[in-house]
Amino acid sequence: MTKSALVIGGGIAGIQASLDLADRNIHVYLVEKLASIGGTMCRLDKTFPTNDCSACILSPKMADCIGHPNITTLTFHEVLKVDGEAGNFKVKLLKKARYVDPTACTACGDCIAKCPSKGIPDQFEYGLTTRKAIYIPHAQAVPRVALIDAEHCNMLTKGKCGVCAKVCGKKAINYEDKDEEFTVEVGSIIAAAGFKVWNANVATEYGYGRFKNVVTALEYERMMCASGPDKGHIKVPSTGEEPKRIAFIQCCGSRSQKAGWKKYCSSVCCMYATKEAMLTKEHIEDVKEDIYFMDIRSYGKEFEAYIHRGEDQYKINMHRSSRVSNVDEDPVTKELTVNYTDKDNNGVSEIYDLVVLSVGLNPPDGAQDLANILGIELNEYGFCKTTVFDPLNTTKKGIFVTGCFAAPKDIPTAVAEASGSAGKAGAFIVDENFVPCAPKVYPAEKNVEGKEPRIGVWICHCGVNIGSVVDVPAVTEYAKTLPGVVMSNETQYACAQDCLEAISKAIQENDLNRVVVASCTPRTHEPLFREACREGGLNKYLFNMANIRDQCSWIHMHSPEAATAKAKDLTRMAIAKVALLEPLVGSEIPVTNAAAVIGGGITGMAAAIDIAAQGIPVHIFEKENHLGGFALKFNHKEDGVSVSDYIKKQIEAVTKSPKITVHTGITIKDIPGFVGNFKVQLTNGEEYPVGGVIFATGAGEYKPVEYNYGSDKKVMTVVEAEKEIADDKFKGKNVAFIQCIGSRSDTVKYCSRVCCASSLRNAIQIKMKDPTANVTVIHKDIRTYGFREELYNKACQVGVKFLRYCVDDKLPDFTGSTVKAHDSILGEDIEIPVDTLILAAGITPLREEKEHIAQMVKVPISKDGFFFEAHQKLRPVDFATEGVYMAGTAHWPKFMDECIAQASGAAARMLTVISKDKIVSDGIVAVSNHDVCDGCGVCEGCCDYNAITIDVDPVSGRLKSNVNPGLCKGCGSCVASCPAGAMEQRGFRNKQIIAEIDALLDYPVGGA
Amino acid sequence: MADFEPRIVAFCCNWCSYAGADGAGVGRLQMPTNFRIIRTMCTARVDPEFVLRALSKGADGVIVLGCHPADCHYIGGNYRARRRIALLRLILEQYGFDAKRLRLEWVSASEGEKFQNTMTEFVNTIKALGPTPVQKEVN
Repeated sequence: MTKSALVIGGGIAGIQASLDLADRNIHVYLVEKLASIGGTMCRLDKTFPTNDCSACILSPKMADCIGHPNITTLTFHEVLKVDGEAGNFKVKLLKKARYVDPTACTACGDCIAKCPSKGIPDQFEYGLTTRKAIYIPHAQAVPRVALIDAEHCNMLTKGKCGVCAKVCGKKAINYEDKDEEFTVEVGSIIAAAGFKVWNANVATEYGYGRFKNVVTALEYERMMCASGPDKGHIKVPSTGEEPKRIAFIQCCGSRSQKAGWKKYCSSVCCMYATKEAMLTKEHIEDVKEDIYFMDIRSYGKEFEAYIHRGEDQYKINMHRSSRVSNVDEDPVTKELTVNYTDKDNNGVSEIYDLVVLSVGLNPPDGAQDLANILGIELNEYGFCKTTVFDPLNTTKKGIFVTGCFAAPKDIPTAVAEASGSAGKAGAFIVDENFVPCAPKVYPAEKNVEGKEPRIGVWICHCGVNIGSVVDVPAVTEYAKTLPGVVMSNETQYACAQDCLEAISKAIQENDLNRVVVASCTPRTHEPLFREACREGGLNKYLFNMANIRDQCSWIHMHSPEAATAKAKDLTRMAIAKVALLEPLVGSEIPVTNAAAVIGGGITGMAAAIDIAAQGIPVHIFEKENHLGGFALKFNHKEDGVSVSDYIKKQIEAVTKSPKITVHTGITIKDIPGFVGNFKVQLTNGEEYPVGGVIFATGAGEYKPVEYNYGSDKKVMTVVEAEKEIADDKFKGKNVAFIQCIGSRSDTVKYCSRVCCASSLRNAIQIKMKDPTANVTVIHKDIRTYGFREELYNKACQVGVKFLRYCVDDKLPDFTGSTVKAHDSILGEDIEIPVDTLILAAGITPLREEKEHIAQMVKVPISKDGFFFEAHQKLRPVDFATEGVYMAGTAHWPKFMDECIAQASGAAARMLTVISKDKIVSDGIVAVSNHDVCDGCGVCEGCCDYNAITIDVDPVSGRLKSNVNPGLCKGCGSCVASCPAGAMEQRGFRNKQIIAEIDALLDYPVGGA
Repeated sequence: MADFEPRIVAFCCNWCSYAGADGAGVGRLQMPTNFRIIRTMCTARVDPEFVLRALSKGADGVIVLGCHPADCHYIGGNYRARRRIALLRLILEQYGFDAKRLRLEWVSASEGEKFQNTMTEFVNTIKALGPTPVQKEVN
């Protein structure tokens, strides 16, 4: 019998884990206790650091999830009991009564309109608005069906009413619905239970709950959001007017010893507060915004640049070292006074219209119950217990954890982990008896040959993203006038489930044979709409998109009329092209069931072990003569295990595995090929065919040029100091650490993420071994995010001193025996005697090495010199190039546990390809028209993939060009080169592109 | 001439410059509205015929945007585009167009700002050149 997997929690982590399992043809039960999947992410307005609309990037994933044939999405379900062991769990689930048949409900809303109840706080909106007793969870809910809140329904509580059943045309209401229990059998379990936000009522000093104009950051997300209660018009709760003065108070519920507060750092609040402040500025140009914080923790990929953008471009006032003591309210005006101590130690009061509390992340509700059910342990903070070296494993075999249930974290980290846990969970399911799920069956594709175009058009508001600039109704009306268009609709979110279903339905009911969506970018959303076309029985290539958001409303925010004219032009061009598109079928490409991992550090080894655990051969390519990578230089312990012991264990596992082949001391010459069919060619002439490649090429340590490093023996790096400490050779009595050497400087702008924690770990060691030693850490911000805050607390306890020098960002002076620095908290220049100066050298990307290898597979590098992923939020380990993945410090500086989790993530992403025997290629390839082809061979020389051959045509006996669709990448270079017009690119035929040009220029601007 | 609003056709490759244009949007980088993007998979797909067609139909300028040298998603497509555009510019001059009306630029997926600057600058260049010499048939 085929075993399934169970994923608990339908937030972004649970969704990603489910999709990765399902894409390997493993059946998944996705259990979500709320009535819609989407978790916290679907309540966010935008996401940092790209300011991507949260709904826009999440909706496609939610739609994928609910539509996936291998995923059984069980919303409004709970896990009651788990028996058995890894490989054979029996899980008792509770289906909670919805009182609405989800298969019948069309989300028309008639029941909601007529329901006589009112005033029930809408939990999705954090109680900012009310809902009825029968309700749809929210606008982008998946599944988008109603349910009845039994507690507030008159019919269910008093037996009187029944209005909703009367008005429901689909007879979907069932007051007799009952909770039901049932049992499923699964091989492994992923716990992705998420988090809950800290209860701000505890912070009585900030007046939350007492003062109307004090809100939490998540409430504020809803206040800003176009689909929120005020449609994205930010209002002061007491007056309904636009706020002009807003304060953001950081560390609300985090980094404090106070009763009811949490000691750890919640990892994401600095970034989300900055994001909220930036977005507010886009709503209200003349708003004054202040962020009050102790340290700004922008340690993630391109976070530091984001904070600078907030400060410089958006003019957000950053108040460093300013913990707010309390907030007062003027009882008449409801204005708020924020009292704080500024960096010069002065008591200051500022008046605001609105105060936003940056509330921390806590373990999810019912974490302990869930732990009891699963038989797993929680850590001291109430989150799922994990270890640095097994960051995705719970304390029970076969049960894995991902996302915020293990620790507070941002979305990309959760997504990478989710893929990783999916990979690990898959290992307990895929065995010799495994039967993959049957492929999804679509309705038969309608024959469009010879038929006049019947085009359906959808124009998206994208909340306010498009609609606030472009006149969407006008564009919708305009589209109706264009040739071939039989229907044109406006939609709030084209990517939401209801619109996708409407597209599929209209293809059938209105006999559409072409579809155009004018919304965001095809780079992210084309697959989703193509899927909707397939669901409607239309070949997915009979679809086209007009990008009226990213390339129109977003870049012409202040020119609504011109932007509307442009949106009309773009829509007209898309319609002209779609009319000429033809149905295409992809060709099947065989897949080499083997993997290449480039880099044999802890990341590469972890990835290789995960892939090998699924029975797939792996080659590790390591340039050095030995495995282990940079971590070999580490001399500390994590969770009681020394790093060197861990590396030894991993090397042993790798070398002993019959599935893993290690190639050390090698140089890679080239990696030709394409997804499923790469060849890793070495300079020694060896060649290894593989289906996919993971870049775990690591990073380097910044070599300081500061403080006479290298010539002055008193000056060393943290890594060097750590070795001396471990070897008991460290002699320093007056020790100073200087942070941010080769990070956050004029030349290296980003934060290297790990240096604060490693400095503090060693500072503590020095103090523990010699309590008389004077140890000072000279820093800009201390960035011990998450549970690493423990190190900061411990360092303070053992007497490590801290000196913040961030004022002018100038490095402190070192005379050889003293360090002179400006203490920005005391406001004084301080001179400290120093016999040992330890430099927290940052992480460098090894840009040149990376560029060399990136060229081989044509993958991009970010401006900081790290690999550039396909999407910063939701595809953190994928490249845009299929079949190539990244993990570890090659992606961004990170800690070992993060590297290991990401390695598992990259491995799992690759498994979705290389665990299959074949994949279907894209239909957009070149094809030669033999009637016209002269066999001149110009195209052959143009093709960089050797996809074209000039052969004698058996029919005519003449030379003709032939394209191998498996090798063709669809660039179209040969097409433009063909002097005869014989070569064509499917989906981008000459006449199709010319139709776009003509549609643009045959009409005046905006059509008229 | 002050209120001359040129019409510009921009050909962007799917992998770098189209993504860069999206990046400009994500960064909310503001720029003139005068251009319309046509997406091709690679700049090498931009048939000289497309450029000539656009100009003959009255476009005031055509810009082709691709991946930086050595960054082409398709190995060497951008180099082919570079050769073709260089030749096209010679031809355009023979037809009486100012070669400045056709430009090739490199914009990577992470260069939203470069996209903004490039487009702003190109619009200004074309504004300075004035309307296309092509007489438009008004139907």
